[in-house]
Amino acid sequence: MTFWNDPLKVAADWLTGIFTGWGMPSVGANVLVAFLGVLMLITILMVIDIFLVWIERKVVARFQDRIGPNRVGPFGLIQPFADIIKLMIKEDTTPDSADKVVYNLAPILSMMSVLILWAVVPLAPVMLGVDLNAGALFIIAAGSIGTLSIIMAGWSSNNKFSVIGAFRQVAVMISFEVPMLAVLLIPTILSGSMGMNAIIQSQNIWFIFLSPLAALIFLIAAIAELGRAPFDLAEGESELVSGYNIEYSGMKFGMFYAGELLHAFTFGGFWSIFFFGGYRFFGLELVSPFLAIAIILFKALVGYWVIMWVKYTVMRIRIDQMLAFNWKFLTPVAFVLVMVTALMNTLLRGADSWLFITGMILSNIIVAWVSMEIVRSVSKQERERVEGVQQVAEAHH
Amino acid sequence: MTGEQVIFLIVGAVTLIAALMVVTVRDLVHAALWLVATLFGVAIIYTLLNAGFLAVVQVVVYIGAIAILFIFAVMLTRRQAADTGAALNKNWWAGALMAMLAFAGLIFMLQSWSGFQKQAAAIPLGFDAVNQLGSALTSPAGFVLPFEVASVLLLAALVGAVYLAFNKK
Repeated sequence: MTFWNDPLKVAADWLTGIFTGWGMPSVGANVLVAFLGVLMLITILMVIDIFLVWIERKVVARFQDRIGPNRVGPFGLIQPFADIIKLMIKEDTTPDSADKVVYNLAPILSMMSVLILWAVVPLAPVMLGVDLNAGALFIIAAGSIGTLSIIMAGWSSNNKFSVIGAFRQVAVMISFEVPMLAVLLIPTILSGSMGMNAIIQSQNIWFIFLSPLAALIFLIAAIAELGRAPFDLAEGESELVSGYNIEYSGMKFGMFYAGELLHAFTFGGFWSIFFFGGYRFFGLELVSPFLAIAIILFKALVGYWVIMWVKYTVMRIRIDQMLAFNWKFLTPVAFVLVMVTALMNTLLRGADSWLFITGMILSNIIVAWVSMEIVRSVSKQERERVEGVQQVAEAHH
Repeated sequence: MTGEQVIFLIVGAVTLIAALMVVTVRDLVHAALWLVATLFGVAIIYTLLNAGFLAVVQVVVYIGAIAILFIFAVMLTRRQAADTGAALNKNWWAGALMAMLAFAGLIFMLQSWSGFQKQAAAIPLGFDAVNQLGSALTSPAGFVLPFEVASVLLLAALVGAVYLAFNKK
């Protein structure tokens, strides 16, 4: 057991030794070391978050055929620090009629709901906060704290626009929790566990090859959960100014913004954990834990890039379209897919791996094809109905 | 006193205070937020009992769905979220008495249980509680019948809610 094989444990043992050497009881030393570990993880995440601002701005600039920040520092790398200093020295305003305690608590809860997700993220085979056996469900639980923070922010600001924005955002989040929860059952079925580490360890074949439709549904539900385009109807600049965070200024607004970016990055990470093998990459993760961290961060960045790609390409949809899309299409498809996957997994359990992969992919393709055919016939009927109404209206003129 | 006991006492006290605030604060949205705090405290107590799965489900179902629904209902049905008039009516002592009696009854029942004074056995390494729970809920020798009956009941409630909300033409 050397530092390069299990750095966290070695460092923790070393620190515990020092603290107990100072005469601290061993329980206290353990608690202190765990606390320091959490502090270190959060600090690293916040530093990554600073650079995510830069990445986001650079990528959106590329998508919109601009250059992006390029004045401050090499490639504009110091720009996010300038942004943060600006946010820090801005006046911290609170509306007169705001509910002060709830108003100040909301940004903290929002940031917390994102940071708490990293408690279950395995960065390397030996590096993870806690190997919770309900890890997949934990994501949804943390998301519900995020939902709570948004409704608190919207309500306590005492502003019509912020309340409407919060209502919309919460409607999106509650709705898309359902297909996300259903689709998270698919990695659970395929791996036989809800723990993150077990899900990664069982991905000798990445789950994207076994269930591409599940990966797609997870991505859509994650984008909706993040409130990013095409599901950013809560922001709706043209109608709601900026949604639930309209009254916030300075670093409180910064916490919502930074939380959103880190949330997107985190969901990129979860996408990679559930469907792209997490820290695994052709056995490279066994060489060194540091390599494993690099792999999972790279995969998370790729997932984050896909989320940005969707955001800056697709236009915003209306709330009724969002609800119809979720409840009439995505949720039934997710549930059917879960049932089909469970059935195929039981049928093909003993079969050899090529048969297993082929069967899984075929069942996915069939589910996708049938659901698309149903959607096509329904939309055709709808189109004919609307055209009929238009013709009647024109005949009256 | 072990560290776990200290945490339990703190969490228990906070949960009880939050529960008291739920029934005494004027503002209904505040009451709902205090309810969230109470439910969160219960989730932490589940964690202390090594029931991580139940704790997560508690947060998902009670905070993520039910408490949010309460807040929605308050916001959508009331112009003024704060109530006027006395928070307690003249029957408060009967309610307090019932609560005390229920608590005393629970204590009495627990005391007649043989495992009340024992230390909980240490959980063996590699024990998968979720797996055990899953097979208990789905095996015919376990709780498959109550589980399915509860599912049918929830489905009936769902259908009933849809029927009530359905706009009859």
